[in-house]
Amino acid sequence: MGAFRNSSGGTLDRTQRIRFRFDGKQYSGFQGDTLASALLANGVRVVGRSFKYHRPRGVFGMGVEEPSAMVRLRTGARAEPNVRVTEVELFDGLEAHSQHCWPSVNFDLGAIANVMSPLLPAGFYYKTFMWPATKWMFYEHFIRKAAGLGSSATEPDPDNYSRSYEFCDVLIVGAGPAGLSAALSAASSGAKVMLVDETPDGGGRLRFDDEVINDGPADKWLNETLRELSKMPNFEFRFRTTAFGYYDQNMVVALERVSDHLPEPEPGQVRQRVLQIRAKQVVLASGSIERSIPFGYNDKPGVMLASAVRGYALKYAVACGRRAVVFTNNDSAYATVTALHSVGAQVVAVVDSRTQSPGKRALEQLGDAKLIQGSVVIKTKGLRSVQAVEIGQIADEGDSPKKSHTIRCDLVCVSGGWTPTIHLFSHAQGKLNFDDSISAFVPGADIPALHVVGSANGEFSLAACLRQGSDAGIESAKQAGYETTASVSIPTAPEESVGDMEPLWSVPRTGSRVKRFVDIQNDVTIDDIELAHTEGFVSVEHLKRYTTLGMGTDQGRTSNINGLANLARLRKAEVPEVGHTTFRPPYTPVSLGALAGVDFSEHLSPVRRTPLHQWHERNHAHLQNSGVWKRPAYYPRTGESVQDAILRETRHVREKVGITDVSSLGKIDVQGRDAAEFLERIYINRWKSLQIGRCRYGLMLREDGFVFDDGTSTRLSENEFYMTTTTANAGPVLEHMEIYAQTVWPELHVHLTSISDQWAGMALAGPFSRNVLNTVIGEQAASNENLPYMGVINARIADVPVLVFRVSFSGELGYEIHIPSRQAELVWETILAAGQEWEIAPYGLEAMTILRIEKGHVVAAELDGRTTAADLGFGRMMKPDGDYVGKRLAERSALTANGRKQLVGIKSIDSSPIPRGAQIIAEPSGGKPAQTFGQVTSACFSPHLNQEIGLALIKDGRLIYGKTMYAASPLTGREVPVEIVHHIFVDAEGERVRG
Amino acid sequence: MLLIPCPWCGKRAQTEFTYRGDATVERPDLADSDSQWYDYVYTRDNPRGEHTEWWHHTGGCRKWFKVRRNTWTHEVISSEPPVRD
Amino acid sequence: MAKSPFKRYSGFSLLRNALSNHRRWPRAWRDPEPRKSYDVIIVGAGGHGLATAYYLAKLHGVKNIAVLEKGWLGGGNTGRNTTIVRSNYMLDGNANFYEHSLKLWEGLSKELNYNVMFSQRGVLNLAHSDSEMESFAIRGNAMRLNGIDAELLLPDQIRQMVPHLDCSQSTRYPIFGGLLQERGGTARHDAVAWGYARGADALGVDIIQNCEVSGIRVKDNRVVGVDTNRGSIDAPKVGLAVAGNSGRLAAMAGLKLPIESHVLQAMVTEPLKPIIHTVVTSGASHVYINQTDKGEVLFGGDLDLYNSYAQRGNLPRIEYVVQSVLTLFPCLRRVRLMRTWGGVMDMSMDGSPIIGKLPIDGMYFNGGWCYGGFKATPGSGWCFAHTIANDEPHELNKALSLERFETGALLDEKGSGAFAFSH
Repeated sequence: MGAFRNSSGGTLDRTQRIRFRFDGKQYSGFQGDTLASALLANGVRVVGRSFKYHRPRGVFGMGVEEPSAMVRLRTGARAEPNVRVTEVELFDGLEAHSQHCWPSVNFDLGAIANVMSPLLPAGFYYKTFMWPATKWMFYEHFIRKAAGLGSSATEPDPDNYSRSYEFCDVLIVGAGPAGLSAALSAASSGAKVMLVDETPDGGGRLRFDDEVINDGPADKWLNETLRELSKMPNFEFRFRTTAFGYYDQNMVVALERVSDHLPEPEPGQVRQRVLQIRAKQVVLASGSIERSIPFGYNDKPGVMLASAVRGYALKYAVACGRRAVVFTNNDSAYATVTALHSVGAQVVAVVDSRTQSPGKRALEQLGDAKLIQGSVVIKTKGLRSVQAVEIGQIADEGDSPKKSHTIRCDLVCVSGGWTPTIHLFSHAQGKLNFDDSISAFVPGADIPALHVVGSANGEFSLAACLRQGSDAGIESAKQAGYETTASVSIPTAPEESVGDMEPLWSVPRTGSRVKRFVDIQNDVTIDDIELAHTEGFVSVEHLKRYTTLGMGTDQGRTSNINGLANLARLRKAEVPEVGHTTFRPPYTPVSLGALAGVDFSEHLSPVRRTPLHQWHERNHAHLQNSGVWKRPAYYPRTGESVQDAILRETRHVREKVGITDVSSLGKIDVQGRDAAEFLERIYINRWKSLQIGRCRYGLMLREDGFVFDDGTSTRLSENEFYMTTTTANAGPVLEHMEIYAQTVWPELHVHLTSISDQWAGMALAGPFSRNVLNTVIGEQAASNENLPYMGVINARIADVPVLVFRVSFSGELGYEIHIPSRQAELVWETILAAGQEWEIAPYGLEAMTILRIEKGHVVAAELDGRTTAADLGFGRMMKPDGDYVGKRLAERSALTANGRKQLVGIKSIDSSPIPRGAQIIAEPSGGKPAQTFGQVTSACFSPHLNQEIGLALIKDGRLIYGKTMYAASPLTGREVPVEIVHHIFVDAEGERVRG
Repeated sequence: MLLIPCPWCGKRAQTEFTYRGDATVERPDLADSDSQWYDYVYTRDNPRGEHTEWWHHTGGCRKWFKVRRNTWTHEVISSEPPVRD
Repeated sequence: MAKSPFKRYSGFSLLRNALSNHRRWPRAWRDPEPRKSYDVIIVGAGGHGLATAYYLAKLHGVKNIAVLEKGWLGGGNTGRNTTIVRSNYMLDGNANFYEHSLKLWEGLSKELNYNVMFSQRGVLNLAHSDSEMESFAIRGNAMRLNGIDAELLLPDQIRQMVPHLDCSQSTRYPIFGGLLQERGGTARHDAVAWGYARGADALGVDIIQNCEVSGIRVKDNRVVGVDTNRGSIDAPKVGLAVAGNSGRLAAMAGLKLPIESHVLQAMVTEPLKPIIHTVVTSGASHVYINQTDKGEVLFGGDLDLYNSYAQRGNLPRIEYVVQSVLTLFPCLRRVRLMRTWGGVMDMSMDGSPIIGKLPIDGMYFNGGWCYGGFKATPGSGWCFAHTIANDEPHELNKALSLERFETGALLDEKGSGAFAFSH
């Protein structure tokens, strides 16, 4: 299957042929392939284009490290941009498209950027596009056209995502030899062990390296180990799961790709799941990643990591080329020679930059391939992919290598050494040390409850990886409280001598225009690093930001260290002196959908519904959001406009009787022998003098002296108060009172309980409200004597015990009836039935708003967190003696000075509507900027006054009643002359509410 | 996700709690100076390192308590009820 | 250092330097050793500190200026923010200051001969309720009467302007409208620090990196200099511009501030072909989103909500911010988050910044920037330079004094009171 696939070998299921499309062309592969192996098997070399210069890019790596072979996977609403082909498991019907190229990946007009590249060095955009000065956005328009890699879908993803919370004693990250060995020992202790691995089947390098464990083939040990582990009840394996972040207190977060390997999720199956794993101990066996060597045109398709070439050969039986050159500075790449031979490819030469001989095993692996020591690949040749390489002898330090000969080849297998994958260790704030022997950063000082083992710890010999893993397994289980009783047998592997690697951070320059790529996704070259250095961008962070090194989607896994080391070379410093940039989560990009789980769109925040919600729905209320609540705005009748409905409801309250749902008010039960004293300190007014069975309006400040909240509170008994708060502040007020009760005045005996959910509330208002109430609670029970203004009685409605408060928000005779929530609808219906005689009608928030503006009642619009009690006309409520919250800071000069904005009423003089959100100015502005004296906080048409009115906060407003000012709304182009009046428009003397 | 040790309920996820900041400031008496009141409401030690702070178990027992936590490492060191002498 | 004949940046100099393979570009700034004394020391080489030094040298004729930086210049919040520039404030004390800053932005690339990529692509605040529309109207009208551009948009206009935004009714908080400031937009954050650094350096300012201040020397309530890991440096005037670490620096002078340090996270997706061309913010869940010229969708939200000096955040905030982004842009669900990071915010007790004198003679303070320091960079440097040079604030930063917390003349745009984290 495919011209580059060997007829045997690999671990594929060759009975299952899989068809897929790339750029519209049909190909096939086998079950077990990745998209990368299948494309390589079919001889597809150019997969994408690089970010900046649009140079052709092919498969470079084999997994998460892949910098350049990215596609747009799937189509339509499931389309996903920037997917690394190395991580895609092939499924039937797969469709992938190349991206960041036009019209096609093989002929991309964007490649003009490559021709222009001499003009486009690192940071070129900071130096130009400044003429003419105002035209940056013109240039930017074209720059944005070239921006981005792939395109996102434009439709919402139909798939689902979820989240799960996991707990275990020992979490092991990575199922390579070290991780599996750790799992065996940890699990044998009885500890609950979880092992996560990003691949579908684990095994790490054992899947594609020819190794020996316990004197047998490594894959035999691997399969036995997996089988053994799967039988243990205290062990759990999560494949296709990438640990991407390490957060405070040993929380590892991982992404499980539940169904990405399927054409689409099965019914009821999620696509991906985020695991938040709390582990007592974490073993990090995340392995290491091979790195590249920057040499001339080392970015072309056909240049690949040696380990990847080996992997494609052994696991997928794919030859990544027919004639290969291996270019290395260490022993590990020699295994690629035998691997290539096994798939019938020819290895022309191994170019080893070291002068000393490789180790014994490497020499065995070399076989009869030609070894060119002390040499380097100077550059590749070929138009769209490698056709030959120039080889040269290493000269003295810094000098250009001398070209010795050219070798015809179509594949360069490069190995610049190995970089431990220590991202999670860094997320955990672990400090890194530079290990000269492997020229890489390795974990430094220990972090509690975190063990780094194997090649992630800079240990590259298989025997040592197995040993370290096993030791860490035992130790972590022990620290989690599980002592291993049985003796654990540590898996063994032959100890081998490995030749020392010698760092080769770049092949010295051989020609002024020859590009040596460091970061092949973002097209950052050695020249760019030199330019950054020349210009003084010599800190690693400056280098990264100026050149964009390592800022691509691969986060520079194969390239960062090369960049740092080249900066060190230029600075004539050692690599550790130069330092490294900070690793930040996520380790590998994570879909937004998975991070969000299900809590977005209509589930962004919970919906709160009042106990009467179903009644409102049945009665066609228009429900609107009011913070987290759904509340009825109005109850339109057939054929009625919104405005008509609102005005009808408003008039109905003033003329007859209406009822509205106020269940969302905060309700707090305040009990204890110091309850009155406590309220005295929470509110600005007096509470100890309040008689039982009476309620009072209360205003509370924040400690900084500004108004916090208001509401009425009722003394139910000597030591019990029933407090109400505004809807929005129900939670904050309770917290506020709790902190004072528990921490500031713990000596006060007071107990606070939220009863907001337990009690529903409804306001009955209008001239006939007493008639209605008497009907339901008993003749004359609501008489002025029995239930005077600001009085409270216990009563029964439909045999339900209720509290009836004589309070009014509307300026009409009115009551609030509070009922245990479960009986709310019964009581509501009972009142409605009883009120039919007086044509009772429900009213919503809109009518309530008009009624309260007419009455001059303040709400959140006026209690905006910047107003004082005095600003709102409550200055006299502030008791002169005794402490209360906010008292002292309310006395500050700026809170008491003249010139503050005060609450007033405004009336439209020419009867045009007062623009909402208008600012108050002294003279007509003529559309020009003008000094403002305040703002309109609420405005409406008052059906009662048949006038456009509003409330406003205006500088020294109470001193200028009668004055004309202008409500200016430049946003709507309107300016309305208004008269400043007192803020109470209706029932200023309180005759209605007391009547 | 921090785990906050509620003195009454034990360790719980941070999402159950409300944070309120510096727990070392003490509310002055009415007779104390303006500057003491100013400091109480506004100025903070704001240390980089160990910090004593108020947390409220909003989604649990609804108690306020003091947590000692490192603002540099996020290590949670201890917690205690809001006792005053 | 090779002298280049092409010190000024332009398309022409780029062309000329291409001929020499870009090996002859001059250094963007020097790397001087600290001198024994300066006329003014600015602590902190972020955008604000560098801009201050630039304007001190350029507009106030101050000759001997040092900017001390404990790490690398531009490495704090200048290089960690979501790059949004706007002046859509309601309260006069803020509005006039930020508008002055916005005007400086409009000429900044030319002023600095450095392309800071200030892109006035508009900042759109979305309203999700009628009352939010009303408060937007109050703010927008205040802006217009202050001479600042603002427009109130209806859902239809928004749908046209931001095509992939969910303007349907099926979401938790449907969009009711928005407040647009067209002159707002984004700029390239690093370039601002680098541009000011290059400009200040050319005017003779010593920018000294890897120089950590460990003490502030005060004699008879007058500052005389600072101690650093590279020795003591004398100066009669010291300005602090170290937002995030203001408390620590002030403590060195024995001062306490109305500021707490909190961590704020920001994050980017992988680069995508641009589909969002406006800065979109939403108050319903507090999120702000834009797509960079590289194609990454860049966004942030609320603080992590506990005091922190760690430049890293926690997962719950990331999840919530992502949920908010997907609520607005449902088509981004399969797009991947590439990087997250945190910055340490100076959260002031009223949510507005402080630029002014400290109670010690010769000491000046610039901080308390909360979420909003980046957009203020030019104006902040301009006003701070004026304050230091004249030993008194400019009219534009008079309201931003430290004393306002004592008198109660606060600038609390949100009205949430003396809780640093609430703003």
